[in-house]
Amino acid sequence: MIELNNIHKTFNTSKPNEVIAINKVNLQINEGDFVVIVGSNGSGKTTLLNLVAGNILPDSGTITIDGNNVTRLPEYQRSKWIARIFQNPLSGTAADLSIIDNFRLAALRTKNKGLSIGKNEQFKKLVRDKIATLGMGLEDKVEQPIGTLSGGQRQALTLLMSVMDTCKILLLDEPTAALDPRSAENVLRIADDLIKEYKLTAIMVTHNLKDAGNYGSRIIQMGEGAVLKDIAGKEKDSLQQNELYSWFG
Amino acid sequence: MDFYLTALLQGLCFAGIAFGIYISMKIFNIPDITTDGSYTLGGVVTGAMLTHNQPGYLILPAVLLAGALAGALTGIIHTKLKINALLAGILVMTALYSVNLTILGRSNLPLLNLPTLFSVANLITDVNQNSLIILMGFVLILTTLIGYLLKTDFGIAMRATGNSEPMIRALGVNTDRMKITGLAIANALTALSGYLIVQLQGFADISMGIGIVIVGLGSVIIAETIINWLRITSVWLSLVLVMAGAVIFQFVLALTLNIGVDANLLKLVTAVFVLLIVGLPRLTGRQA
Repeated sequence: MIELNNIHKTFNTSKPNEVIAINKVNLQINEGDFVVIVGSNGSGKTTLLNLVAGNILPDSGTITIDGNNVTRLPEYQRSKWIARIFQNPLSGTAADLSIIDNFRLAALRTKNKGLSIGKNEQFKKLVRDKIATLGMGLEDKVEQPIGTLSGGQRQALTLLMSVMDTCKILLLDEPTAALDPRSAENVLRIADDLIKEYKLTAIMVTHNLKDAGNYGSRIIQMGEGAVLKDIAGKEKDSLQQNELYSWFG
Repeated sequence: MDFYLTALLQGLCFAGIAFGIYISMKIFNIPDITTDGSYTLGGVVTGAMLTHNQPGYLILPAVLLAGALAGALTGIIHTKLKINALLAGILVMTALYSVNLTILGRSNLPLLNLPTLFSVANLITDVNQNSLIILMGFVLILTTLIGYLLKTDFGIAMRATGNSEPMIRALGVNTDRMKITGLAIANALTALSGYLIVQLQGFADISMGIGIVIVGLGSVIIAETIINWLRITSVWLSLVLVMAGAVIFQFVLALTLNIGVDANLLKLVTAVFVLLIVGLPRLTGRQA
Protein backbone atom coordinates (compact mmCIF):
# COMPACT_ATOMS: atom_id res chain seq x y z
CA MET A 1 0.00 0.00 0.00
CA ILE A 2 2.71 2.48 1.07
CA GLU A 3 6.33 2.00 0.05
CA LEU A 4 9.25 4.11 1.12
CA ASN A 5 12.44 3.43 -0.83
CA ASN A 6 15.74 4.77 0.43
CA ILE A 7 14.14 7.92 1.82
CA HIS A 8 16.52 10.58 3.06
CA LYS A 9 15.67 13.91 4.64
CA THR A 10 18.02 16.50 6.12
CA PHE A 11 16.91 19.76 7.68
CA ASN A 12 19.06 22.92 7.62
CA THR A 13 21.52 21.36 5.15
CA SER A 14 25.12 22.59 5.56
CA LYS A 15 24.27 24.88 8.45
CA PRO A 16 25.58 24.45 12.02
CA ASN A 17 22.17 23.11 13.10
CA GLU A 18 22.00 20.48 10.36
CA VAL A 19 19.82 17.52 11.36
CA ILE A 20 19.51 14.23 9.52
CA ALA A 21 15.85 13.55 10.27
CA ILE A 22 15.40 10.43 8.13
CA ASN A 23 18.41 8.37 7.17
CA LYS A 24 17.94 6.06 4.15
CA VAL A 25 14.74 4.46 5.38
CA ASN A 26 13.12 1.55 3.54
CA LEU A 27 9.65 0.66 4.69
CA GLN A 28 6.78 -1.27 3.24
CA ILE A 29 3.33 -0.95 4.76
CA ASN A 30 0.73 -3.43 3.56
CA GLU A 31 -2.94 -2.85 3.03
CA GLY A 32 -4.83 -3.13 6.30
CA ASP A 33 -1.77 -2.67 8.49
CA PHE A 34 -2.26 -0.54 11.59
CA VAL A 35 1.29 0.63 12.26
CA VAL A 36 2.17 2.28 15.54
CA ILE A 37 5.40 4.28 15.52
CA VAL A 38 7.20 4.98 18.78
CA GLY A 39 10.50 6.68 19.45
CA SER A 40 12.01 9.43 21.54
CA ASN A 41 11.85 13.10 20.59
CA GLY A 42 13.86 13.82 17.46
CA SER A 43 13.88 10.19 16.35
CA GLY A 44 12.20 11.12 13.07
CA LYS A 45 8.79 9.55 13.58
CA THR A 46 6.77 12.70 12.91
CA THR A 47 8.99 13.54 9.93
CA LEU A 48 8.28 10.07 8.56
CA LEU A 49 4.54 10.68 8.92
CA ASN A 50 4.84 14.08 7.23
CA LEU A 51 6.81 12.53 4.37
CA VAL A 52 3.95 10.11 3.75
CA ALA A 53 1.40 12.93 4.05
CA GLY A 54 3.35 15.15 1.67
CA ASN A 55 3.79 18.33 3.67
CA ILE A 56 7.50 17.51 3.72
CA LEU A 57 9.20 16.32 0.53
CA PRO A 58 12.23 13.98 0.74
CA ASP A 59 15.75 14.93 -0.43
CA SER A 60 16.14 11.56 -2.13
CA GLY A 61 14.33 8.24 -2.46
CA THR A 62 10.85 7.43 -3.69
CA ILE A 63 7.45 7.07 -2.07
CA THR A 64 4.67 5.08 -3.69
CA ILE A 65 1.08 4.85 -2.56
CA ASP A 66 -1.17 2.18 -4.04
CA GLY A 67 1.34 1.73 -6.88
CA ASN A 68 1.51 5.46 -7.72
CA ASN A 69 4.76 7.35 -7.39
CA VAL A 70 3.82 10.27 -5.15
CA THR A 71 7.33 11.40 -4.17
CA ARG A 72 6.90 14.93 -5.56
CA LEU A 73 3.16 15.22 -5.08
CA PRO A 74 2.08 18.00 -2.67
CA GLU A 75 -0.12 17.24 0.31
CA TYR A 76 -3.37 18.45 -1.24
CA GLN A 77 -2.97 16.01 -4.13
CA ARG A 78 -2.26 13.04 -1.87
CA SER A 79 -5.52 13.70 -0.06
CA LYS A 80 -7.30 11.38 -2.49
CA TRP A 81 -5.81 8.48 -0.53
CA ILE A 82 -4.92 10.01 2.80
CA ALA A 83 -6.92 11.44 5.67
CA ARG A 84 -5.07 13.04 8.58
CA ILE A 85 -5.62 13.47 12.28
CA PHE A 86 -3.40 16.13 13.80
CA GLN A 87 -1.86 16.32 17.24
CA ASN A 88 -3.57 19.66 17.79
CA PRO A 89 -7.36 19.27 17.60
CA LEU A 90 -7.46 22.88 16.34
CA SER A 91 -5.51 21.97 13.20
CA GLY A 92 -7.84 19.23 12.03
CA THR A 93 -10.98 21.36 11.99
CA ALA A 94 -11.89 24.92 10.99
CA ALA A 95 -12.98 26.44 14.31
CA ASP A 96 -15.22 29.24 13.04
CA LEU A 97 -17.07 26.98 10.62
CA SER A 98 -20.06 24.97 11.75
CA ILE A 99 -19.82 21.23 12.31
CA ILE A 100 -21.86 20.71 9.16
CA ASP A 101 -19.52 22.92 7.08
CA ASN A 102 -16.52 20.99 8.36
CA PHE A 103 -18.19 17.71 7.43
CA ARG A 104 -19.15 19.06 4.02
CA LEU A 105 -15.50 19.78 3.23
CA ALA A 106 -14.46 16.38 4.56
CA ALA A 107 -17.06 14.73 2.32
CA LEU A 108 -15.33 16.41 -0.64
CA ARG A 109 -11.76 15.50 0.30
CA THR A 110 -11.16 13.60 -2.94
CA LYS A 111 -13.51 15.72 -5.03
CA ASN A 112 -13.78 19.17 -6.54
CA LYS A 113 -15.21 21.90 -4.32
CA GLY A 114 -17.50 23.46 -6.87
CA LEU A 115 -19.97 26.29 -7.22
CA SER A 116 -23.04 24.39 -6.13
CA ILE A 117 -24.62 24.21 -2.71
CA GLY A 118 -24.07 20.67 -1.46
CA LYS A 119 -25.07 21.34 2.11
CA ASN A 120 -28.72 20.33 1.71
CA GLU A 121 -31.16 18.68 4.10
CA GLN A 122 -30.24 15.22 2.87
CA PHE A 123 -26.58 15.84 3.61
CA LYS A 124 -27.39 17.30 7.03
CA LYS A 125 -29.38 14.20 7.92
CA LEU A 126 -26.53 11.96 6.81
CA VAL A 127 -24.11 13.89 9.04
CA ARG A 128 -26.48 13.89 12.00
CA ASP A 129 -26.90 10.12 11.71
CA LYS A 130 -23.14 9.59 11.50
CA ILE A 131 -22.46 11.83 14.48
CA ALA A 132 -25.15 10.08 16.49
CA THR A 133 -23.09 6.86 16.29
CA LEU A 134 -20.49 8.54 18.50
CA GLY A 135 -23.03 8.72 21.31
CA MET A 136 -21.73 12.14 22.38
CA GLY A 137 -25.00 14.01 21.86
CA LEU A 138 -23.43 16.24 19.22
CA GLU A 139 -25.95 15.42 16.50
CA ASP A 140 -28.21 18.30 17.61
CA LYS A 141 -25.39 20.82 17.47
CA VAL A 142 -24.40 20.52 13.79
CA GLU A 143 -25.01 24.22 13.11
CA GLN A 144 -22.70 25.28 15.95
CA PRO A 145 -19.16 26.48 15.21
CA ILE A 146 -16.94 23.46 15.77
CA GLY A 147 -14.62 25.66 17.84
CA THR A 148 -17.17 25.70 20.66
CA LEU A 149 -16.55 21.98 21.30
CA SER A 150 -13.90 20.45 23.54
CA GLY A 151 -10.65 19.02 22.19
CA GLY A 152 -11.85 15.45 22.67
CA GLN A 153 -15.12 16.10 20.85
CA ARG A 154 -13.30 17.82 18.00
CA GLN A 155 -10.80 14.99 17.68
CA ALA A 156 -13.63 12.42 17.63
CA LEU A 157 -15.41 14.40 14.91
CA THR A 158 -12.18 14.72 12.91
CA LEU A 159 -11.93 10.92 12.93
CA LEU A 160 -15.46 10.63 11.68
CA MET A 161 -14.76 13.29 9.03
CA SER A 162 -11.91 11.17 7.65
CA VAL A 163 -14.34 8.46 6.53
CA MET A 164 -16.89 10.87 5.03
CA ASP A 165 -15.16 10.38 1.69
CA THR A 166 -13.35 7.32 0.31
CA CYS A 167 -10.31 6.85 2.47
CA LYS A 168 -7.53 4.29 2.19
CA ILE A 169 -4.90 5.61 4.56
CA LEU A 170 -5.35 7.23 7.93
CA LEU A 171 -2.42 9.13 9.46
CA LEU A 172 -2.61 9.91 13.16
CA ASP A 173 0.02 12.20 14.62
CA GLU A 174 -0.14 11.83 18.41
CA PRO A 175 -3.93 12.19 18.21
CA THR A 176 -4.45 12.11 21.97
CA ALA A 177 -1.48 14.20 23.15
CA ALA A 178 -3.69 17.19 23.95
CA LEU A 179 -6.51 15.23 25.59
CA ASP A 180 -7.36 14.11 29.11
CA PRO A 181 -7.04 10.34 29.76
CA ARG A 182 -10.71 9.52 29.34
CA SER A 183 -11.14 11.52 26.11
CA ALA A 184 -7.89 10.01 24.84
CA GLU A 185 -9.17 6.49 25.43
CA ASN A 186 -12.46 7.33 23.76
CA VAL A 187 -10.76 8.83 20.68
CA LEU A 188 -8.45 5.84 20.28
CA ARG A 189 -11.35 3.43 20.57
CA ILE A 190 -13.23 5.33 17.84
CA ALA A 191 -10.11 5.31 15.67
CA ASP A 192 -9.64 1.58 16.15
CA ASP A 193 -13.30 0.89 15.31
CA LEU A 194 -13.19 3.01 12.15
CA ILE A 195 -9.92 1.44 11.00
CA LYS A 196 -11.48 -2.01 11.34
CA GLU A 197 -14.87 -1.06 9.90
CA TYR A 198 -13.47 0.69 6.82
CA LYS A 199 -10.44 -1.62 6.51
CA LEU A 200 -8.07 1.35 6.55
CA THR A 201 -4.32 1.26 6.41
CA ALA A 202 -3.25 3.36 9.38
CA ILE A 203 -0.08 4.86 10.77
CA MET A 204 -0.12 6.31 14.26
CA VAL A 205 2.70 8.16 15.96
CA THR A 206 2.48 8.06 19.73
CA HIS A 207 4.47 8.68 22.88
CA ASN A 208 2.10 6.61 24.96
CA LEU A 209 3.59 3.13 25.27
CA LYS A 210 0.41 1.74 26.78
CA ASP A 211 -1.52 2.75 23.65
CA ALA A 212 1.29 1.43 21.49
CA GLY A 213 0.90 -1.92 23.20
CA ASN A 214 -2.90 -2.01 23.08
CA TYR A 215 -3.50 -0.81 19.54
CA GLY A 216 -2.19 -1.66 16.11
CA SER A 217 -1.09 -4.74 14.25
CA ARG A 218 2.52 -3.71 13.89
CA ILE A 219 4.93 -1.61 15.94
CA ILE A 220 7.95 0.29 14.71
CA GLN A 221 10.56 1.93 16.88
CA MET A 222 12.45 4.84 15.32
CA GLY A 223 15.77 6.26 16.49
CA GLU A 224 18.11 8.79 14.88
CA GLY A 225 16.15 8.75 11.66
CA ALA A 226 16.21 4.97 11.19
CA VAL A 227 13.92 2.03 11.91
CA LEU A 228 15.30 0.28 14.99
CA LYS A 229 12.62 -2.34 15.57
CA ASP A 230 9.75 -3.59 13.45
CA ILE A 231 7.46 -6.15 15.01
CA ALA A 232 4.17 -7.37 13.55
CA GLY A 233 1.45 -9.98 13.89
CA LYS A 234 1.36 -12.45 16.80
CA GLU A 235 4.71 -11.29 18.02
CA LYS A 236 3.30 -7.75 18.39
CA ASP A 237 0.22 -9.07 20.20
CA SER A 238 2.33 -10.94 22.72
CA LEU A 239 4.59 -7.97 23.30
CA GLN A 240 4.63 -7.16 27.02
CA GLN A 241 4.36 -3.64 28.37
CA ASN A 242 7.64 -3.81 30.28
CA GLU A 243 9.37 -5.10 27.18
CA LEU A 244 8.28 -1.95 25.39
CA TYR A 245 9.56 0.20 28.24
CA SER A 246 12.89 -1.57 28.08
CA TRP A 247 13.34 -0.29 24.48
CA PHE A 248 13.72 3.15 25.91
CA GLY A 249 16.00 2.08 28.76
CA MET B 1 -31.68 65.93 3.41
CA ASP B 2 -29.88 65.83 0.07
CA PHE B 3 -26.69 65.76 2.04
CA TYR B 4 -27.60 62.48 3.65
CA LEU B 5 -28.96 61.07 0.41
CA THR B 6 -25.53 61.66 -1.12
CA ALA B 7 -23.97 59.88 1.85
CA LEU B 8 -26.33 56.95 1.33
CA LEU B 9 -25.45 56.80 -2.37
CA GLN B 10 -21.72 56.88 -1.61
CA GLY B 11 -22.14 54.28 1.10
CA LEU B 12 -23.85 51.92 -1.33
CA CYS B 13 -21.09 52.50 -3.88
CA PHE B 14 -18.53 51.60 -1.21
CA ALA B 15 -20.31 48.31 -0.45
CA GLY B 16 -17.97 46.73 -3.03
CA ILE B 17 -14.85 47.78 -1.10
CA ALA B 18 -16.47 46.65 2.13
CA PHE B 19 -17.21 43.19 0.67
CA GLY B 20 -13.69 43.07 -0.75
CA ILE B 21 -12.08 43.83 2.61
CA TYR B 22 -14.49 41.42 4.31
CA ILE B 23 -13.29 38.64 2.01
CA SER B 24 -9.57 39.39 2.26
CA MET B 25 -9.44 40.35 5.94
CA LYS B 26 -12.19 38.33 7.62
CA ILE B 27 -12.43 35.27 5.40
CA PHE B 28 -8.83 34.83 4.29
CA ASN B 29 -7.17 36.57 7.22
CA ILE B 30 -4.90 38.44 4.82
CA PRO B 31 -4.27 42.18 5.32
CA ASP B 32 -4.61 43.28 1.70
CA ILE B 33 -4.05 46.93 0.85
CA THR B 34 -3.99 46.56 -2.91
CA THR B 35 -7.37 48.26 -2.39
CA ASP B 36 -6.17 51.85 -2.94
CA GLY B 37 -4.81 50.88 -6.35
CA SER B 38 -7.54 48.49 -7.49
CA TYR B 39 -10.29 50.95 -6.52
CA THR B 40 -8.70 53.66 -8.66
CA LEU B 41 -8.08 51.07 -11.37
CA GLY B 42 -11.79 50.31 -11.48
CA GLY B 43 -12.50 54.03 -11.70
CA VAL B 44 -10.01 54.85 -14.44
CA VAL B 45 -10.99 51.84 -16.57
CA THR B 46 -14.60 53.01 -16.33
CA GLY B 47 -13.65 56.61 -17.16
CA ALA B 48 -11.43 55.70 -20.09
CA MET B 49 -13.96 53.29 -21.58
CA LEU B 50 -16.85 55.71 -21.15
CA THR B 51 -15.00 58.53 -22.91
CA HIS B 52 -14.08 56.12 -25.70
CA ASN B 53 -17.80 55.38 -26.06
CA GLN B 54 -17.54 51.71 -25.15
CA PRO B 55 -20.88 50.00 -24.47
CA GLY B 56 -21.92 49.58 -20.84
CA TYR B 57 -22.10 45.80 -21.03
CA LEU B 58 -18.36 45.72 -21.80
CA ILE B 59 -17.30 48.18 -19.13
CA LEU B 60 -18.49 46.17 -16.12
CA PRO B 61 -16.70 42.91 -17.08
CA ALA B 62 -13.57 44.89 -17.97
CA VAL B 63 -13.56 46.57 -14.55
CA LEU B 64 -14.06 43.25 -12.75
CA LEU B 65 -11.29 41.64 -14.78
CA ALA B 66 -8.87 44.52 -14.14
CA GLY B 67 -9.51 44.40 -10.40
CA ALA B 68 -9.20 40.60 -10.37
CA LEU B 69 -5.85 40.78 -12.17
CA ALA B 70 -4.52 43.29 -9.63
CA GLY B 71 -5.67 41.07 -6.74
CA ALA B 72 -4.31 37.91 -8.34
CA LEU B 73 -0.95 39.63 -8.76
CA THR B 74 -0.82 40.47 -5.05
CA GLY B 75 -1.85 36.88 -4.33
CA ILE B 76 0.87 35.41 -6.55
CA ILE B 77 3.55 37.65 -5.00
CA HIS B 78 2.35 36.70 -1.52
CA THR B 79 2.01 32.94 -2.01
CA LYS B 80 4.57 32.01 -4.65
CA LEU B 81 7.37 34.37 -3.61
CA LYS B 82 6.44 34.03 0.09
CA ILE B 83 6.41 37.79 0.56
CA ASN B 84 4.46 39.33 3.43
CA ALA B 85 0.93 40.10 2.27
CA LEU B 86 1.12 43.75 3.37
CA LEU B 87 4.29 44.31 1.36
CA ALA B 88 2.86 42.45 -1.66
CA GLY B 89 -0.18 44.73 -1.52
CA ILE B 90 1.94 47.87 -1.23
CA LEU B 91 4.06 46.81 -4.21
CA VAL B 92 1.05 46.21 -6.45
CA MET B 93 -0.67 49.36 -5.22
CA THR B 94 2.42 51.45 -5.99
CA ALA B 95 2.82 49.93 -9.44
CA LEU B 96 -0.87 50.47 -10.14
CA TYR B 97 -0.48 54.24 -9.70
CA SER B 98 1.54 54.40 -12.91
CA VAL B 99 -0.79 51.96 -14.64
CA ASN B 100 -3.79 54.05 -13.64
CA LEU B 101 -2.16 57.27 -14.81
CA THR B 102 -1.37 55.67 -18.17
CA ILE B 103 -4.93 54.43 -18.61
CA LEU B 104 -6.40 57.77 -17.62
CA GLY B 105 -3.90 59.76 -19.70
CA ARG B 106 -4.25 62.73 -17.33
CA SER B 107 -4.82 63.24 -13.63
CA ASN B 108 -8.52 64.07 -13.85
CA LEU B 109 -11.10 63.00 -16.40
CA PRO B 110 -14.58 64.55 -16.35
CA LEU B 111 -17.42 62.39 -17.68
CA LEU B 112 -19.93 65.05 -18.61
CA ASN B 113 -22.97 64.13 -20.67
CA LEU B 114 -21.87 60.53 -21.13
CA PRO B 115 -24.37 57.69 -20.77
CA THR B 116 -23.60 55.98 -17.43
CA LEU B 117 -25.09 53.20 -15.35
CA PHE B 118 -27.23 55.81 -13.64
CA SER B 119 -28.70 57.16 -16.87
CA VAL B 120 -29.71 53.79 -18.36
CA ALA B 121 -33.13 53.99 -16.77
CA ASN B 122 -35.08 57.07 -15.79
CA LEU B 123 -37.55 55.70 -13.32
CA ILE B 124 -38.23 58.97 -11.55
CA THR B 125 -37.37 62.56 -12.37
CA ASP B 126 -35.19 63.31 -9.36
CA VAL B 127 -31.67 62.38 -10.46
CA ASN B 128 -30.41 61.39 -7.02
CA GLN B 129 -33.42 59.27 -6.17
CA ASN B 130 -33.21 57.61 -9.57
CA SER B 131 -29.57 56.78 -8.85
CA LEU B 132 -30.56 55.44 -5.46
CA ILE B 133 -33.03 52.96 -6.96
CA ILE B 134 -30.53 51.73 -9.55
CA LEU B 135 -27.78 51.50 -6.95
CA MET B 136 -29.95 49.60 -4.49
CA GLY B 137 -30.84 47.08 -7.17
CA PHE B 138 -27.19 46.73 -8.10
CA VAL B 139 -26.02 46.22 -4.50
CA LEU B 140 -28.85 43.78 -3.83
CA ILE B 141 -27.77 41.61 -6.76
CA LEU B 142 -24.15 41.87 -5.61
CA THR B 143 -24.96 40.84 -2.04
CA THR B 144 -27.04 37.92 -3.31
CA LEU B 145 -24.22 36.70 -5.55
CA ILE B 146 -21.58 36.88 -2.82
CA GLY B 147 -23.92 35.27 -0.32
CA TYR B 148 -24.57 32.43 -2.72
CA LEU B 149 -20.84 32.03 -3.41
CA LEU B 150 -20.05 31.73 0.29
CA LYS B 151 -22.73 29.07 0.69
CA THR B 152 -21.37 26.85 -2.07
CA ASP B 153 -18.84 24.09 -1.51
CA PHE B 154 -16.20 26.40 -2.99
CA GLY B 155 -17.26 29.12 -0.56
CA ILE B 156 -16.95 26.81 2.44
CA ALA B 157 -13.46 25.84 1.26
CA MET B 158 -12.65 29.57 0.97
CA ARG B 159 -13.75 30.20 4.54
CA ALA B 160 -11.81 27.19 5.81
CA THR B 161 -8.62 28.38 4.07
CA GLY B 162 -8.48 31.46 6.26
CA ASN B 163 -9.48 29.47 9.31
CA SER B 164 -7.36 26.32 9.36
CA GLU B 165 -4.80 25.91 6.60
CA PRO B 166 -3.43 22.51 7.69
CA MET B 167 -6.96 21.10 7.71
CA ILE B 168 -8.02 22.37 4.32
CA ARG B 169 -4.75 21.27 2.68
CA ALA B 170 -5.28 17.79 4.10
CA LEU B 171 -8.76 17.93 2.57
CA GLY B 172 -7.37 18.41 -0.90
CA VAL B 173 -7.38 22.18 -1.41
CA ASN B 174 -4.48 24.00 -3.03
CA THR B 175 -4.35 26.84 -0.52
CA ASP B 176 -2.04 29.01 -2.67
CA ARG B 177 -4.48 28.92 -5.55
CA MET B 178 -7.37 29.53 -3.17
CA LYS B 179 -5.72 32.64 -1.73
CA ILE B 180 -4.92 33.99 -5.19
CA THR B 181 -8.54 33.45 -6.24
CA GLY B 182 -9.78 35.05 -3.03
CA LEU B 183 -7.67 38.16 -3.47
CA ALA B 184 -8.78 38.34 -7.11
CA ILE B 185 -12.44 38.28 -6.03
CA ALA B 186 -11.79 40.83 -3.27
CA ASN B 187 -10.09 43.28 -5.62
CA ALA B 188 -12.64 42.77 -8.39
CA LEU B 189 -15.25 43.89 -5.84
CA THR B 190 -13.08 46.84 -4.86
CA ALA B 191 -12.72 47.86 -8.51
CA LEU B 192 -16.49 47.65 -8.73
CA SER B 193 -16.72 50.42 -6.12
CA GLY B 194 -14.46 52.55 -8.29
CA TYR B 195 -16.72 51.80 -11.25
CA LEU B 196 -19.80 52.93 -9.33
CA ILE B 197 -18.36 56.02 -7.68
CA VAL B 198 -16.84 57.39 -10.91
CA GLN B 199 -20.22 57.19 -12.61
CA LEU B 200 -22.00 58.63 -9.59
CA GLN B 201 -19.78 61.68 -9.21
CA GLY B 202 -19.15 62.14 -12.91
CA PHE B 203 -15.35 62.12 -13.01
CA ALA B 204 -12.36 59.86 -12.57
CA ASP B 205 -9.37 61.10 -10.61
CA ILE B 206 -5.92 59.60 -10.16
CA SER B 207 -5.94 60.35 -6.42
CA MET B 208 -9.47 59.09 -5.75
CA GLY B 209 -8.14 55.93 -4.09
CA ILE B 210 -5.72 57.47 -1.60
CA GLY B 211 -6.55 56.13 1.83
CA ILE B 212 -9.73 54.44 0.57
CA VAL B 213 -8.78 51.16 2.30
CA ILE B 214 -9.90 52.75 5.57
CA VAL B 215 -13.46 52.95 4.21
CA GLY B 216 -13.51 49.19 3.73
CA LEU B 217 -11.82 48.48 7.06
CA GLY B 218 -14.16 50.83 8.89
CA SER B 219 -17.25 49.24 7.30
CA VAL B 220 -16.11 45.72 8.13
CA ILE B 221 -15.21 46.67 11.70
CA ILE B 222 -18.60 48.33 12.23
CA ALA B 223 -20.23 45.16 10.89
CA GLU B 224 -18.01 42.92 13.00
CA THR B 225 -18.84 44.85 16.16
CA ILE B 226 -22.55 44.30 15.53
CA ILE B 227 -21.97 40.66 14.52
CA ASN B 228 -20.10 39.91 17.76
CA TRP B 229 -22.55 41.90 19.80
CA LEU B 230 -25.59 40.03 18.47
CA ARG B 231 -23.69 36.72 18.07
CA ILE B 232 -24.64 36.38 14.43
CA THR B 233 -23.47 33.29 12.56
CA SER B 234 -25.57 33.62 9.40
CA VAL B 235 -23.54 34.41 6.30
CA TRP B 236 -26.39 36.40 4.75
CA LEU B 237 -26.91 38.59 7.77
CA SER B 238 -23.17 39.20 8.05
CA LEU B 239 -23.05 40.40 4.44
CA VAL B 240 -26.02 42.70 4.93
CA LEU B 241 -24.30 44.15 7.98
CA VAL B 242 -21.07 44.70 6.04
CA MET B 243 -23.08 46.61 3.45
CA ALA B 244 -24.84 48.54 6.22
CA GLY B 245 -21.41 49.23 7.72
CA ALA B 246 -20.37 50.99 4.52
CA VAL B 247 -23.49 53.18 4.66
CA ILE B 248 -23.14 53.93 8.38
CA PHE B 249 -19.55 54.94 7.78
CA GLN B 250 -20.54 57.51 5.18
CA PHE B 251 -23.35 58.79 7.39
CA VAL B 252 -20.95 59.44 10.22
CA LEU B 253 -18.64 61.36 7.89
CA ALA B 254 -21.59 63.34 6.50
CA LEU B 255 -22.68 64.11 10.04
CA THR B 256 -19.25 65.40 11.04
CA LEU B 257 -19.15 67.67 7.99
CA ASN B 258 -22.68 68.80 8.70
CA ILE B 259 -21.91 69.90 12.23
CA GLY B 260 -19.23 72.17 10.83
CA VAL B 261 -15.97 70.21 11.06
CA ASP B 262 -13.39 71.54 8.59
CA ALA B 263 -13.36 69.35 5.45
CA ASN B 264 -9.55 69.35 5.55
CA LEU B 265 -9.78 67.39 8.78
CA LEU B 266 -11.94 64.68 7.21
CA LYS B 267 -9.19 62.03 7.01
CA LEU B 268 -8.28 62.70 10.63
CA VAL B 269 -11.91 62.34 11.64
CA THR B 270 -12.09 59.11 9.63
CA ALA B 271 -9.05 57.66 11.38
CA VAL B 272 -10.30 58.66 14.82
CA PHE B 273 -13.73 57.21 14.06
CA VAL B 274 -12.26 53.86 13.03
CA LEU B 275 -10.04 53.90 16.12
CA LEU B 276 -13.12 54.49 18.25
CA ILE B 277 -15.12 51.60 16.83
CA VAL B 278 -12.12 49.27 17.15
CA GLY B 279 -11.16 50.52 20.59
CA LEU B 280 -14.46 51.06 22.35
CA PRO B 281 -15.60 47.41 22.55
CA ARG B 282 -12.23 46.49 24.08
CA LEU B 283 -12.34 49.30 26.62
CA THR B 284 -15.87 48.48 27.71
CA GLY B 285 -15.00 44.78 27.67
CA ARG B 286 -12.23 45.41 30.21
CA GLN B 287 -14.65 46.96 32.65
CA ALA B 288 -17.08 44.07 32.43
